[in-house]
Amino acid sequence: MDNLYQYLLTGLSNGAIYALIGFGFAIIHNATGIINFAQGEFVMLGGMLALFFLVFCGFPLAPSIILSILIATVVGIIFERLAIRPLKNAKPIRLIIITIGASIFIRGAAMLIWGKDTHALPAFSGNDPLYIAGATIMPQHLWIFAVTILVIFSSRLFFNHTIIGKAMRACAYNAQAASLVGIDVRIMVMLSFSISAAIGSLAGIIIAPLTMTSYDVGIMLGLKGFCAVIIGGMSSGLGTVMGGLLLGLLEALGAGFISAGYKDAIAFIILLLILFFRPEGLFGKKETERV
Amino acid sequence: MTKEKRQIFVFLIFALVLLTIPFLLRESYLLNVLVFIGIHTMLAVALNLLLGYAGQISLGHAAFFGIGAYMSGILTTRFALDPWLVIILAALSAAAIAFIIGFPILKLKGHYLAMATLGFGIIFYIIFNETVGWTGGPSGLSGIPNLQIGGIIFDNDICNYYLVWIITIAVMLLSINLSQSRIGRALRAVHDSEVAARVMGINAWVLKVQIFTISAFISAIAGSLYAHTMTFVSPTSFGFNFSVELVTMVVVGGLGSIYGSFLGAAILTVLPEFLRVFEDFDIIIYGLMLILINMFMPGGLISGFQLLAQKVALKIKGK
Repeated sequence: MDNLYQYLLTGLSNGAIYALIGFGFAIIHNATGIINFAQGEFVMLGGMLALFFLVFCGFPLAPSIILSILIATVVGIIFERLAIRPLKNAKPIRLIIITIGASIFIRGAAMLIWGKDTHALPAFSGNDPLYIAGATIMPQHLWIFAVTILVIFSSRLFFNHTIIGKAMRACAYNAQAASLVGIDVRIMVMLSFSISAAIGSLAGIIIAPLTMTSYDVGIMLGLKGFCAVIIGGMSSGLGTVMGGLLLGLLEALGAGFISAGYKDAIAFIILLLILFFRPEGLFGKKETERV
Repeated sequence: MTKEKRQIFVFLIFALVLLTIPFLLRESYLLNVLVFIGIHTMLAVALNLLLGYAGQISLGHAAFFGIGAYMSGILTTRFALDPWLVIILAALSAAAIAFIIGFPILKLKGHYLAMATLGFGIIFYIIFNETVGWTGGPSGLSGIPNLQIGGIIFDNDICNYYLVWIITIAVMLLSINLSQSRIGRALRAVHDSEVAARVMGINAWVLKVQIFTISAFISAIAGSLYAHTMTFVSPTSFGFNFSVELVTMVVVGGLGSIYGSFLGAAILTVLPEFLRVFEDFDIIIYGLMLILINMFMPGGLISGFQLLAQKVALKIKGK
């Protein structure tokens, strides 16, 4: 029973992270139709930058986090400006290859700057477990849950109740119509890349104290975020949160009760099954052809 | 000379040059690099059939390479089966897997296909790592026997060179033929517009599965040859990074060009040897190459050279 509880907790907190990373995919995909293969690298950048500022430069926690997110966001904007915008109407295959190239490039640059070692980011509020209703929980888990809920609510508010958020949604529905009513689609695309880089790096920062971080964590985290958003049907809403939590739980239980070695395979088997049988996601409506 | 005759001529020259290299070049290090270029060329040609001709991406092709290598390794070391028989068996198994997985996977398009093939590749990578009893897990599988025919044992550089390159040249010839057959034309039609191709009566889905299967078959042969020439395999050679490297070879050389695949394979095999001086720089350079070639030379180096040659020819004529 004790183990089960631990698995559930790990599963839920990893799942929350997958959902955040999945959001990043959905925001860019809905604005541009692109699946950004470099999404995981922003997650890596978040963790590595936070480590750099916090541990190597000795900055306090809050400024380290803010600086890391800012820098990752700037990288996202540069990426969009230099690699995506010039290829606006290219075939998907070229866009895929470009984002893969960018992801390798960012990963390689991180390796050259920070080396190949794996580091642990210190937990935000210590490593003393809390006892709540007879169960133990690490403070970092609470941070993850709190940040995830905060991000979900603020993105809800942003996309439904601000003029910029509504403009971005309009672009997602129909970019041409949006530009007809005076929305600058190019700015919205750039905005989608910066928001998605910001959320991705935030996810990378809050998970780093639990799972360690290194230059190459981006691939796996990115793929699992993608798996979450596919389960959620490419939405930047509740579906993806459910998808992330479901994936996190299945992974944790699979690792605990079946085999730790095959843990990573679970995400990909789910990914393939969903893509084969329900490409519109578990929670989505069957209306769009994924082309 | 007609276009057809010129093509045959070019191919004969290409094959002749490659087959005479060992007479001119006796250095074992260089021959070894050339053996690798041969294996990579086979893989790049196989992927190019799918990526360049059919326009369908695969980010999991290292899995088929791995299936070939591991089947050859396991069946010859543990069951002492005849290596030549195993090569055929391995290629057929990879083809069967590609055929079965191909039907659902090739229904997907663009970014979704990329993610699905990526997932497929990683699942196999995990299997290679985790079935320790069969594959030796992360520490690898050693003692794979060299191939032999009659009295010749393929255990030195020159023998390996001819073994790999004769098969590579055969694969290239087959691929050039295939690309100019009815299937090749149908593939290009699917590449340009799947809807239009379907209107013309091409069953795009089945066609894509066919080419995926052929591509897996060739990749597995390359894997078997790799296992027998290296006599050692470990999972790191068959991971996601290698799948991306293969895509890079095809893109750098030129989508849809068989000679381009050779060029891409050669560049990406030789490059790390030069970059060894600046250790770890290779990954960042692959990334830059993918981005820059895609943005400024979407036809790859081969078509870049052709354009350059045309411009030079025009200049000379103009004068």
